[in-house]
Amino acid sequence: MTIIEQLIAGGPVVTDGAWGTQLYARGLDPGDVPDSWNLSHPDRVEEVGRAYVEAGSQVILTNTLRANRVTLAAYGLAEKTVEINRAGAAISRRAAEGRARVFASIGPSGRLLVMGEVTEDELFEAFREQAEALAEGGADALLIETMTDLTEASIAIRAAEETDLPVAASMVFDSGKEKDRTMMGTTPERAAAALESAGADVVGANCGVGIAGYVGVCRRMHAATSLPIWIKANAGLPEFVDGRTTYRMTAAEFASYVPALLEAGASFIGGCCGTGPEFVRAIAQALDGRRTP
Amino acid sequence: MSDLSKLYDAILNGETKNAIALTREALEGGADPLDLVTRYMAPAMDEAGKRFECEEYFVPELMRAAQAMKGALELIRPLLVASGAEPAGRVVIGTVRGDRHDIGKNLVSSMLEGGGFEVHDLGIDVSPEKFVLAVRERSPDLVCLSTLLTVTMRSVPITIQALKDAGLRERVRVLVGGAPVTEEWALKVGADGYGANAAAAVPLARRMLARQ
Repeated sequence: MTIIEQLIAGGPVVTDGAWGTQLYARGLDPGDVPDSWNLSHPDRVEEVGRAYVEAGSQVILTNTLRANRVTLAAYGLAEKTVEINRAGAAISRRAAEGRARVFASIGPSGRLLVMGEVTEDELFEAFREQAEALAEGGADALLIETMTDLTEASIAIRAAEETDLPVAASMVFDSGKEKDRTMMGTTPERAAAALESAGADVVGANCGVGIAGYVGVCRRMHAATSLPIWIKANAGLPEFVDGRTTYRMTAAEFASYVPALLEAGASFIGGCCGTGPEFVRAIAQALDGRRTP
Repeated sequence: MSDLSKLYDAILNGETKNAIALTREALEGGADPLDLVTRYMAPAMDEAGKRFECEEYFVPELMRAAQAMKGALELIRPLLVASGAEPAGRVVIGTVRGDRHDIGKNLVSSMLEGGGFEVHDLGIDVSPEKFVLAVRERSPDLVCLSTLLTVTMRSVPITIQALKDAGLRERVRVLVGGAPVTEEWALKVGADGYGANAAAAVPLARRMLARQ
């Protein structure tokens, strides 16, 4: 049995919440790339992973969303690419202590193929390098996430597959009138089919404009593929209250969507921007009784 | 003279090579450069923007149209400058301090350029001081601020305050865009306008200039 099969054999799987917002709360400077903390503040990064495992996460990610060479170059950190990724995987592995699986995060390059800002070969090489370093650091699986461009996501899947680890792939649906398209106009059906044919073992949606809309996205992806579905939504959009930017959705409100997500076919459920350990705890509670130990 | 509706189609369909060839042909045939822009090219970009709003077009189609427009404009702009024609407006644009995301900012730049604006792009992680300097040196009509991260949103009011402190705020209109930004927030922090997406940027910029 693969790791994916083992995980879902027991029922729906609780993943984790956001890392970025948790690191900012621990003192990360908004001007710094969160991934750099894998080298400078590994203890605080580990704390985030540990908090999720304690809250009930069966899968935790890594603090490596932006740690591909193309993105790190914008921060003058290209030469640290391998080191940041190896450290990121190792930190999450320590935080998991064998109680959770580590799905290592690979995010978009921040460059648009359609604008000619980067080539397909450059992307493949950047993702291959990151995937390899994450595998060396001890990741159990790789997660291609927060993707807006199907072509870039497919390149990342192919690059990740070179490690022989299972690969999950997740896109952002936040565009169009119904907020059910990617920035590039891709529908959930088309994304599910294309990610599957690129070789993903799990497909899904993350980030976006809130969990309510992801119920429909989940249902449509589930109808278009036989692969397990991964959903990790935002706690809505941030609002400006008393001079501060905050997310208003509570953990209980967020978790109230869990039954609908299960009914829509979700196998992996977690949170994205604005969610923390209390959200994971609420999701785990909502899944109570649906999992066999 | 060739059928100029083909130029309109080439831009709308994002055929850059075709758009450039048709523009060159038209100019060689004696077409008036300003006429080409106002009757065929700009309407094609307006239609692309409308299709984006109606979800017939998404970012790739919109960007291909903007690139075709840009290619054709490169032939025409020197002629317009020589004839003393002014751009639709002058824009200074950048991603605010602390934020190094540039996709949204680049999309807005391309659309504004396609809309006939002269765009000076300051890049990413732009300090308030750099915005102030650029406004002082270039006297733009519009300053466009981009922010993707919720943690860097606060750089927007700081930049606006820096323009005030430098006595430059009244000389420009400040527009804000970015995924976590709403119109309510933008106006609350002292901006003049907010654009929900790249296609919205051009009509918004035009409205702002019409009000001046």
